[in-house]
Amino acid sequence: MSFWHFLQLNWSELLSLVQQHVVLVFIAILVAVVIGVPTGVLLTRYRSLRGPVLGIANVMQTIPSLALFGFLIPLPFIGGIGTRTALVALVLYSLLPIIRNTVTGILGVDPNVREAAVAMGMTSSQVLRQVELPLAMGVIVTGIRVATVIAVGVTTIAAAVGAGGLGVYIFRGLRQYDNNLLLAGALSAALLALAADFFLGLLQRQFSFEAKRSVAGSTTRKLLLAAGVLILVIGGFALWRGRATSEARVSVGSKDFTESALLAEIVAQMLEARRVSVERRFELGGNLPHEAMVAGTLDLYPEYTGTSYTAILHHTPISDPRAVYEQVKQEYAAKFNVAVSEPLGFENTFAMLVRGDDARRLNLKTISDAAPQAPQWRAGFGQDFMSRADGYPGFSKAYGLKFAEVREMDLSLTYIALSSKQVDLVAGNSTEGRIATLDLFQLADDRHYFPPYEAVYLVRQDSLMRVPALQEVMTKLANGISTDEMRRLNYEIDGNKRDPKEVVKEWIAKRGL
Amino acid sequence: MSDVAHRAIVEFDNVSFSLSGTNIITDLNLIVERGETLVLLGESGCGKTTTLKLVNRLFEPSAGEVRVEGKTTTSWDPIELRRRIGYVIQEGGLFPHFTIARNVGLVPALAGWEQQRIDERVRELLSLVGLDPDRFAERYPRELSGGQRQRIGVARALAADPPLLLLDEPFGALDPLTRASLQREFADVATRLGKTAILVTHDVREALILARRIGLMHKGRLLLLETPEQFLASDHPQVRAYLETLELKGDDR
Repeated sequence: MSFWHFLQLNWSELLSLVQQHVVLVFIAILVAVVIGVPTGVLLTRYRSLRGPVLGIANVMQTIPSLALFGFLIPLPFIGGIGTRTALVALVLYSLLPIIRNTVTGILGVDPNVREAAVAMGMTSSQVLRQVELPLAMGVIVTGIRVATVIAVGVTTIAAAVGAGGLGVYIFRGLRQYDNNLLLAGALSAALLALAADFFLGLLQRQFSFEAKRSVAGSTTRKLLLAAGVLILVIGGFALWRGRATSEARVSVGSKDFTESALLAEIVAQMLEARRVSVERRFELGGNLPHEAMVAGTLDLYPEYTGTSYTAILHHTPISDPRAVYEQVKQEYAAKFNVAVSEPLGFENTFAMLVRGDDARRLNLKTISDAAPQAPQWRAGFGQDFMSRADGYPGFSKAYGLKFAEVREMDLSLTYIALSSKQVDLVAGNSTEGRIATLDLFQLADDRHYFPPYEAVYLVRQDSLMRVPALQEVMTKLANGISTDEMRRLNYEIDGNKRDPKEVVKEWIAKRGL
Repeated sequence: MSDVAHRAIVEFDNVSFSLSGTNIITDLNLIVERGETLVLLGESGCGKTTTLKLVNRLFEPSAGEVRVEGKTTTSWDPIELRRRIGYVIQEGGLFPHFTIARNVGLVPALAGWEQQRIDERVRELLSLVGLDPDRFAERYPRELSGGQRQRIGVARALAADPPLLLLDEPFGALDPLTRASLQREFADVATRLGKTAILVTHDVREALILARRIGLMHKGRLLLLETPEQFLASDHPQVRAYLETLELKGDDR
């Protein structure tokens, strides 16, 4: 599909993502200005505060954005997932340039002019409002300009905590290895940044007193700018209200890979068919969905029993699927007030994959067969596999594997990396559609290292009480999806690049759910 | 009330001032009389600018007291005090983001005058300092020459009709011709309006032209306080040194 064609098909979705992006950036910058400028003014009055406050703002800005989101999620009031968390992080990032430039701008006002103002009998607040702030405004606007351009960039990461924006396309594009999505997301974000830079540059010129300017022109432009700002504020506020005042709904989450989003979409559409309004909080990274559900911001998300057993409940892996399921069900009910649905009928375990060529050439069937090759091999693992309890550390020990090199990369890129010989072994998902299409071979887990990963839905018990349709949907989906079927569905999206909503809609219709 | 106290508008009474341990003014005693132009003469760093700032309470004395209209500066409300004192600094110290009209009308606006009265006052003052109100009122300081800006600085200081003017090297940054004509005009205006002025300069020629009395300052002390005639006749070594520079300049011509 050409990029142009892609744009034609997805125009309205792209526009709504751009809109989300702009609203996030705009509100964050507005808040940062409201906090940052007075803080900056305060720092010019209290010299001793300057070092510590600028230091803290500086440190804030050096925290990688994903890590900052991670810190924020468990916090009450400002944390959780969604727009609020994204805004808090964006504001924290935007503060430094705004505070710093306010300080620099005010301290940079000609001391003669300031002294004249005091000597004319201005009170200190008159000096600030009539002399210091107007003369510092050019520098302050430069700070806002820098903050805005940074915020446009950081907001792409906000998609990871479910806040929407152009990051949704970028993350989805990475996962599905779809250049059109990537390009649409990245290009729009870049254009937004350029546009913000350009318009704030115009605004900044308004505050330059170096150039001579005619009075009439400047008044007109001031009026125009004021009108523009007013429209943005009202528009932003209206959007904000529109989002905030929706009725009670079921919040469905998913992890950040195709299958999880697909399973979530199935529930979402089935609920919608039963007149339940659904909020989609898809593509959340790491343990985010779990934490969000415990915190009450998510009602439901698809999970795998083995993941819950090891990564959440921190048990040592065992190989009996029934025992794992029962244990998870019991502990989730007791610890988190969360119900575990009946298994959906398929497993998605870690699949140790090698190229089909290598498997045939070296006659590899099991992971143990491959162990002697490991010292010459480079391995590529997703962040998830590298960090979790049942992941790389235990796995390499269980099979005595020592690779020439281990690369940590995005899970969705590992398949392509393997087939294009960037790496020689990857840990994929067993239901991945591309295993067949890229001619990859799954090595058998002959030592039964990986615990069983049966797909289930985790649902808050209070949500089950509140929305009876949830129970009905859960019952209908029990044992409803086979491994082959899951693999086919995944391939429809990752391989054939189809819209997940369409694929799910067809599947539900076909199954009569 | 004694005659001296009645005639005095500013009194320095044993004033000393030090900033972070350095003495800048030492034991200053000085009475400025109503209606006179007193010039403080001295090289840079002698404390003459500091003396001005002690009058409008930009600084407060470390010892002794400064009285304005009989009341110590520290018992004045600083804002009220400053609005009664016109202040002119080198290059005017104009606000670059204000039009000329707004610069000149600043103190009246701060004092809460009605806009129409401010506008009239601004036109009056611009005419007084020799600038056409129609041409200059809506311009910005950057569009003016150094001499024009200095005139605006004087107009701004006069705006609320303060009884006292403080001028810190007001003509220092100007070329000699402009300086000479502005000095003449200022002397004229000051006499006509009957203002008291304290003017600071390092230019002995300016002092001789403008002053009713000249105070010579050196290293934070007032060495002598004389009329221009007495000053010319003095055999104080510092005075002779100043007058020699004047003769040298004369020889150049």
